Amino acid sequence: MLQIKDLHVTVDGKEILKGLSLDIGDGEVHAIMGPNGSGKSTLSYVLAGREGYEVTGGTVRYRDQDLFTLNAEERAREGVFLAFQYPVEIPGVPTATFLKTAVNAVRRHRGEAELDAMDFLKFVRARAKELEIGDDMIKRFLNVGFSGGEKKRAEILQMALLEPTLMVLDETDSGLDIDALRIVSEGINRMRGPDRSTLMITHYQRLLNYVVPDHVHVMAGGRIVRSGGKELALELEEKGYADIASAA
Amino acid sequence: MAVSADTVQQVASLAEQKYKYGFFTDIDHVQAPKGLSEDIVRFISAKKGEPEWLLEWRLRAYRHWLEMKEPDWARVDFPKIDYQDLYYYSAPKSKDDGPKSLDEVDPELLKTYEKLGIPLSEQEVLAGVRNVAIDAVFDSVSVATTFKARLEKEGVIFGSFSDAVKNHPELVRKYLGSVVPPTDNYFAALNSAVFSDGSFAYIPKGVRCPMELSTYFRINAAQTGQFERTLIIAEEGAYVSYLEGCTAPMRDENQLHAAVVELVALDDAEIKYSTVQNWYPGDADGVGGIYNFVTKRGACRGRNSKISWTQVETGSAITWKYPSCILQGDNSVGEFYSIAITNNMQQADTGTKMIHLGRNTRSRIISKGISAGRAQNTYRGLVRMGPKAEKARNHTVCDSLLIGDRCGAHTVPYIESQNASARVEHEATTSKVSEDQLFYCRQRGIDEEDALSLIVNGFCKEVLQQLPMEFAVEAQKLVGISLEGSVG
Repeated sequence: MLQIKDLHVTVDGKEILKGLSLDIGDGEVHAIMGPNGSGKSTLSYVLAGREGYEVTGGTVRYRDQDLFTLNAEERAREGVFLAFQYPVEIPGVPTATFLKTAVNAVRRHRGEAELDAMDFLKFVRARAKELEIGDDMIKRFLNVGFSGGEKKRAEILQMALLEPTLMVLDETDSGLDIDALRIVSEGINRMRGPDRSTLMITHYQRLLNYVVPDHVHVMAGGRIVRSGGKELALELEEKGYADIASAA
Repeated sequence: MAVSADTVQQVASLAEQKYKYGFFTDIDHVQAPKGLSEDIVRFISAKKGEPEWLLEWRLRAYRHWLEMKEPDWARVDFPKIDYQDLYYYSAPKSKDDGPKSLDEVDPELLKTYEKLGIPLSEQEVLAGVRNVAIDAVFDSVSVATTFKARLEKEGVIFGSFSDAVKNHPELVRKYLGSVVPPTDNYFAALNSAVFSDGSFAYIPKGVRCPMELSTYFRINAAQTGQFERTLIIAEEGAYVSYLEGCTAPMRDENQLHAAVVELVALDDAEIKYSTVQNWYPGDADGVGGIYNFVTKRGACRGRNSKISWTQVETGSAITWKYPSCILQGDNSVGEFYSIAITNNMQQADTGTKMIHLGRNTRSRIISKGISAGRAQNTYRGLVRMGPKAEKARNHTVCDSLLIGDRCGAHTVPYIESQNASARVEHEATTSKVSEDQLFYCRQRGIDEEDALSLIVNGFCKEVLQQLPMEFAVEAQKLVGISLEGSVG
């Protein structure tokens, strides 16, 4: 699915990723943990194609193509989805309008027929229900006045509608109470499958109790310093990042 | 985060115009000799077979205009206009023989309007495409009006201004210049002297106009100014919704459009006036385009009357325009909803005046200004509470949106209150389309131009909602088209 080799990335002249390598197979769930400033969010933005992140070395292959030849919207249409840590507000644009525009852009790319208003509404309602999102939220302007939990559920709803092949979740668990965490986790788990891979970026072990990863990586200083199975997350929780990062 | 330098650079490289109405129709036309003089005023009046009083009215306006100075207080910049280097009258030749009905209209003209997406064939409209009567104005004359018969049944008079002068001189004489006096301002005086045609609508007492009325203005001939005059009168308890649209061919020269619109609403009457202005804006370097210097004013003369202006201004090299309301009748209501989009080198100085004279008068102003490229966009508005405007209220919201960092947005509100019980509220915001918003949309598979259109349409939503349904969709598309090339 995704092969990252020796990736170096600079932001505003400062090197943030310093030779990061990571291999994610089809259907696998990987978790990246690490302290603040280790470059986790940078990695998610680079994968999604955000401008202002200069790749100074290394390669990223996604489903047998060079990821960097695609711009942000092309990557999205090819199945790269980023659930944002801080989803932006777009005033005046109803969530449903935004979702329909996005879904149809992706469908066009896949050579599928665009959904009309009625079909789209059916589609979105079915998925929204699973995430305990009501009609009123879909009618509100995108993310405007949404609580932290609503924003994260809305991100997962978008993911469910766009049916990506690579799901990158940036701190999706932050700011969630226990009920919201359960709803969001179930949403992610429903999407797991043999052809869909997941990269979860998180500070805490908490999310990993719900969405159990196949592999856990520790990131520090712009590269991965340690990898292991799901038990590594527990060890981290116990010992803290400092020990592991310095031991590496 | 602001839009990146990279994005802004693309503005320049992608600035090639995508103005799809830029074609020219090669049609035989008659023109007045170039330049402006009393003889030209007489020529125009004679051409239209006007009564003596109207010629005198024009000449008084002309003589007054000679004494006036071009206004210079607006935040717009343009080379001096040589008023002697313009044609003041141009009409398709076939009009001289005068088409008696739609069937006699020159097929070339019908084709032009078809190309613009304005069907003048009544069958198409009857087929349910739109419930709209259309008056089509080509350069200086009205070439066709649809659905006259159906409207006449209700007592509604709708057609060209010239026809109204011939058939309803008493109405024209009573109301012409009663809202915008011929001496009101430089461009209004010029218009009063040389206006050639325009639309006239009269809605009798208690009649709710059964369809939308619409005028479609087209400048075609080169070096020709368009000076149309529109007059709409809603008698007691009448209602009318009126929409105007405008386009012009692409030319390297600047062309002058100085219109005057007057609205009169009597007791309990309501006039809803919507404009979708899409004159040629000039090219990316600011060459060519229309100078849109327009005076629009409505008088709420009667109690409980209401006038609502909605404008979507996307075209023109320069827009100088302040659709206003004089709230004379007690409890009368004035509204101004505006979207002004400027891209590339366009300049707009637009807003409104709400003059509260009567008791309990209310006004609402919502202005959305969007600037991209190197454009300058100014909201200029006056709210005046007269001494008798007991408990009058105004609420103003001015929002500006910037795309890139080489454009400007300015808000110039004037508030004058002579009545202590009157209340005036003003809110203003300026924001930028952020890189965060654009990236978020793109990450969902939406390309950058669609993303921008989505964000800007969201920004304008409150105003777009005011447009009649048939036109709201077109206006939304136009918002997207006018910003093409403003992001990478």
